[in-house]
Amino acid sequence: MALSGGVDSSVAAAELVAAGHHVVGITMRLWGGDSDTGCCSVADVDDARRVAQQLDIDHLVFNFSEDFNKHVVDPYVRAHSQGLTPNPCIECNRHLKFDRLSERADLLGFDAIATGHHARIDLVGNRYFVHRGADPVKDQSYVVHMLPQRELRRTMFPVGNMTKAEVRTKAAALGLRTAAKPDSQDVCFITQTGGRETFLGARIPFRTGTVVDTAGAVLGEVPAIEMITVGQRRGIGLPGGGPKRYVTAIDQTTATIVVGSDKDLDDFEMSVDDVVWADQPHVGNVMVQCSAHGAAMPAWLDGDTVRWRSSQRRVAPGQSVVFFDAGDRYVLGGGIAR
Amino acid sequence: MRGRSLNAVHDGYTYLDHAATTPMRADAVAAMLPFLTEQFANPSGSHRFARQVRKAIDEARDDVADVLGCRPGEVIFTSGGTEADNTAIFGTLDRCGGLALCPAVEHHAVLQAVEARRGRVIGVDAAGRVDLEALATSLDDVSVVSVMAVNNEIGTITDIAEVAAVVRRVAPQATLHTDAVQAACWLDLRALTPHVDLMSLSAHKFGGPKGVGVLVARGRSVIAPMLVGGGQERERRSGTHNVAGIIAMASALRATDQQRSDENARVAALRDVLVDDLQEQLDDVHETVDRAHKVAGSAHVCIDGIENEALLYLLDEAGVCASAASSCASGAMEPSHVLAAIGVPNERARGALRLTLGRTTTADDIARATTVIVEAVRRLRKGAPS
Repeated sequence: MALSGGVDSSVAAAELVAAGHHVVGITMRLWGGDSDTGCCSVADVDDARRVAQQLDIDHLVFNFSEDFNKHVVDPYVRAHSQGLTPNPCIECNRHLKFDRLSERADLLGFDAIATGHHARIDLVGNRYFVHRGADPVKDQSYVVHMLPQRELRRTMFPVGNMTKAEVRTKAAALGLRTAAKPDSQDVCFITQTGGRETFLGARIPFRTGTVVDTAGAVLGEVPAIEMITVGQRRGIGLPGGGPKRYVTAIDQTTATIVVGSDKDLDDFEMSVDDVVWADQPHVGNVMVQCSAHGAAMPAWLDGDTVRWRSSQRRVAPGQSVVFFDAGDRYVLGGGIAR
Repeated sequence: MRGRSLNAVHDGYTYLDHAATTPMRADAVAAMLPFLTEQFANPSGSHRFARQVRKAIDEARDDVADVLGCRPGEVIFTSGGTEADNTAIFGTLDRCGGLALCPAVEHHAVLQAVEARRGRVIGVDAAGRVDLEALATSLDDVSVVSVMAVNNEIGTITDIAEVAAVVRRVAPQATLHTDAVQAACWLDLRALTPHVDLMSLSAHKFGGPKGVGVLVARGRSVIAPMLVGGGQERERRSGTHNVAGIIAMASALRATDQQRSDENARVAALRDVLVDDLQEQLDDVHETVDRAHKVAGSAHVCIDGIENEALLYLLDEAGVCASAASSCASGAMEPSHVLAAIGVPNERARGALRLTLGRTTTADDIARATTVIVEAVRRLRKGAPS
């Protein structure tokens, strides 16, 4: 049981214990640097340990910070330097929770891995798929979309059937110290005080970007093209007033940022790289979700191309794009926006 | 008697983590009990009950001084090894100015104190002994040199007499401190003391209780107190005495001193069997430091093809208590600064296993631990992704 020190994994562990499983709580130490976002800190490990003590289960801390740097932090920095907008939480799930931890679990002889994600794993026919969690507001199927059959068979999401309110009520009823703990926010290795700019600025040289309109006329410049995201409206160095203008494209090679109206952001199709499937590759009608809390929109999926049923706002390259079945109930697979 | 008190509580477990802490000696527990019950007075008080407790503290100080080969007035009771180490570094710098210097393999209680004051950290040889040539050429402006007598991770003994000779010759004004926390069970402290100005000890490493230790501050040393207030310990360390702890520490130190020579021979033989058997039954088990250079209780090996976090879990499941490197506050294992300093490649350090033996370790413990470790390593190597 991956115990983060938050309320969801606390209750998930309690549910497993109540169901009679032999549970061992594992806290992964991932980020070794500063953090103020409520993740990976010594205080969180303390909370995880105290919950484990209360549930009378063993608690271990695994130090995966080297893998975290290699698979999450370094690629995050690299992606930004390439003008992409990465989703590090998804890469963490892909490479740490459902790879490194699961490999370690195999080695140590555990039968199953559980986490506190708000999602469900159910059979469709004789294959397993990640289904949306019971709480539509907290559903996290998007961030665990990458699970293959091998992992789905032995992964458990014990709070996937509960709403967040039910989780908190349960935690309070059990007297768990994490019952009223706020949800973790944002990226764990980026401090709220310093922000993304401080983090990236310490690791990559920022380049000045030239802001042009769709016709190529120069409108201004930004100090750090690495900080700019497709779809962004504020902070692109343009005077106020006038029509709203959005970043519609970023050209890294020429350090150019193209801005246009919201209409210029409308796309009828998009391409996706590095697609992974829960089972078989799928062609046909799907619902497509492009951000952790965004709504899924209908599209036709054909190979690496998503054809929207109606035009959609451009998805920033680097974002995870997750395909749900046409009924928007379970994950078929997902990839990275090109 | 040996080991019974431990096994009575932890039947079926094998404790090979004596460098982390030792089980308390029964005599030490008995010695402290009266001071947790009827003898509760504050030794700094002026009434008869206070005087009784004061007498016990004074006698404990005499006992400690005797074992350490120093004067009673040179014994400062502290809250443990970390406070003693911190006081040695910060206390000297605050009084004398100048720089602190230590080798890279010191315990964090010294290393981080030196780094906090922007001191010098110098290299060591492959066994973890301070580089004497580097030491001789790095002493400019140095007011305090700190070199551990025995390393807590790999067990290496440093010849403090050699270190002292260099320091006295090149920087006669400098204060020499040794962290002897891991030395108490294995080295004759009377032979160590004359070479240094300051020395740190921690009671729980030699069968005493946690939360109490000693800083020896000999004749010419001058240290500023880290704690001020009531003026205890001749104003070198204020704060009401940890009476029961001090009494128990003195008892444990005396017993340790009396049994040291026999224990060295007995435990070294057990350690040799342990490492030899592991190397015989498993391929690619590397002894980190040659046995000739380390204390009897230390068996440190690097096992190729496994990760020590996984190994320690399996050992724990099978009732064998061991450790890897030092642990950070979260309980996660951190890469060892000691192994990095002696040039062990990162890849090999992942398989580092510290087994530390002590007074309660028996031949049965060693046989059992060997079986468990061999089985666990085989299992991990079999399951490891190629």
